[in-house]
Amino acid sequence: MTFFSPGDLFLILPELLVIAAACVVLILDPVMPSNLKDGLAWLSLGTLAVCMGLIASQMGYPASAFGGVVAIDAYACFWKLLLCFVAGLTVLLSYSYLKEERLYFGEYYAFVLLALCGMMVMVSATELLAIYLGTELMSLSLYVMAGLKRSEPRSLEASAKYFVLGAFSSGILLYGISLLYGATGSTRLPAIADAVAGRSLDDPLLLFATILLAVGFAFKLAVVPFHMWTPDVYQGAPTSVTAFMAVASKAASFGAFLRVFAEGLGGLKTDWSTIFLVLCVATLVLGNVVALVQTNVKRMLAYSSIAHAGYALIGVVATGRLGGSADSAHGIASVLLYLALYTFMTFGAFAIVAMLRKGSIEGEEIEDFTGLARRQPVAALLMLVFMVSLAGIPPTAGFIGKFYVFMSAVEADMTWLAVLALIFAAVSAYYYLRLVLVMYMREPDAITADSPRLVLSPTLSIVLACAIAGVVIFGIYPDPLIQLAAQATLPLK
Amino acid sequence: MSVPIHYYLILSAFMFLTGLVGVLVRRNIIVILLCIELMLNATNINFVAFAEYLHDLGGQIFVFFTLTVAAAEVGVGLAIVVAIHRSKDTINVEEFNLLKW
Repeated sequence: MTFFSPGDLFLILPELLVIAAACVVLILDPVMPSNLKDGLAWLSLGTLAVCMGLIASQMGYPASAFGGVVAIDAYACFWKLLLCFVAGLTVLLSYSYLKEERLYFGEYYAFVLLALCGMMVMVSATELLAIYLGTELMSLSLYVMAGLKRSEPRSLEASAKYFVLGAFSSGILLYGISLLYGATGSTRLPAIADAVAGRSLDDPLLLFATILLAVGFAFKLAVVPFHMWTPDVYQGAPTSVTAFMAVASKAASFGAFLRVFAEGLGGLKTDWSTIFLVLCVATLVLGNVVALVQTNVKRMLAYSSIAHAGYALIGVVATGRLGGSADSAHGIASVLLYLALYTFMTFGAFAIVAMLRKGSIEGEEIEDFTGLARRQPVAALLMLVFMVSLAGIPPTAGFIGKFYVFMSAVEADMTWLAVLALIFAAVSAYYYLRLVLVMYMREPDAITADSPRLVLSPTLSIVLACAIAGVVIFGIYPDPLIQLAAQATLPLK
Repeated sequence: MSVPIHYYLILSAFMFLTGLVGVLVRRNIIVILLCIELMLNATNINFVAFAEYLHDLGGQIFVFFTLTVAAAEVGVGLAIVVAIHRSKDTINVEEFNLLKW
């Protein structure tokens, strides 16, 4: 029997704080006078700041808690820092977005915090049960958040679709976990790694377990052909929620996914890297090509986020191919780096979309961006930088991310994959730059009360400043982030 | 004499596939929810059967958590169904067509 000590609780203090703050928000929301409810956002933000400090202080001291169920290693800390940062940006963005949309729900912030706690558990757990519980806590909170705009049928529809496909994928993931438990006799990743060492997928139980786990995670990562929920949900959900989903839920899913496959199923790396190679190529092709024909910016960004999952998967495939050699760390580090950089540009782009108003509703069609450069040059310039970065053009963060991912593919002797990805990056430049063209080259119509405009607020300015700083600074001087990602990689068995 | 492990696995695989196919072909969102429950219960059979087979309690503990999560999932799911029924007067997924499916 293993019992836990108070020291274990101290190690998971960031998670406990986030949960506590979520509970406090839920309790205070109904009893607080409505003019003080802004305080809930500031409370959430303060908690996140404290958590980031705590996590940063844990960074250099790897530890494990609860008899090896939770690992507080550099890998977990890297993701947790990123996730807390994104949650902070989400709170700041939502603060003005919710007011603009007239959504006065204090529990919104509680859901952000609960989802964040689920994500933090996902990335630090080394036990399949804990990973599953984290995934579910994240997903359940996100289903509710997607449907928060109850007056808007599209939001409810997005929520219903997300729920059905999310629960479906969780079922598949769980069935995979149960088979893996049967095949290896444990749900702990280190024990699973010992049990699969030297075995191959000839064992049918292990084969089905690996495939079902891959499919379950592919749904969460929105990888083709398991991506069909993504465009609908991203378009229908409130934009602040979309930004949170597109960035944080993807990062957390990658975190858990990499840990399960590298740490738990490392012995089968040649087999799973083939599975992911197929998914990766399909994602790159379909994500980029379908994005070309979208007319709704949120939908276009959804397909772009699918395509970006494809680029990140290149790093995963390279990790599997490089195997036990010292270079395999490069693969994982490139995935971490890619998702960290992807955060800034995608969140920035969604923040602009969130605050573009057309009359009293959101302006989310590409046409709504017509002539934005004339009326709001700064906003248009920011959007230009985000789009250029998403397309991967130097000297922006997007280029650095793509460069390291492609390098890891080349190191793994898969130059063809890097070339293919490069071709589709060129394709993606078409749809990103089309938006820029619409903003800069087209004359705006006569300005009426209904013509689209960007509603600025101090909190939105902070969000945009963080995003643009990340894109530009890490585009020019990425060294600190690269070092951090290199320290945070997982050992591949 | 105990029941061999593969009997359980065949039962659970059949249940899982029934749920899986049900989610894909049925049109009523409540029935889809039931099918998802079927998938989750199939995993519970697996866990209990393996726990018995491996003489390891971990699988049984897992089932408690799965049941709890399934209950929470149904709670959220039914709330979404009620909200969507209020706004659209239908729970047929084919009529969820505001967003391209």
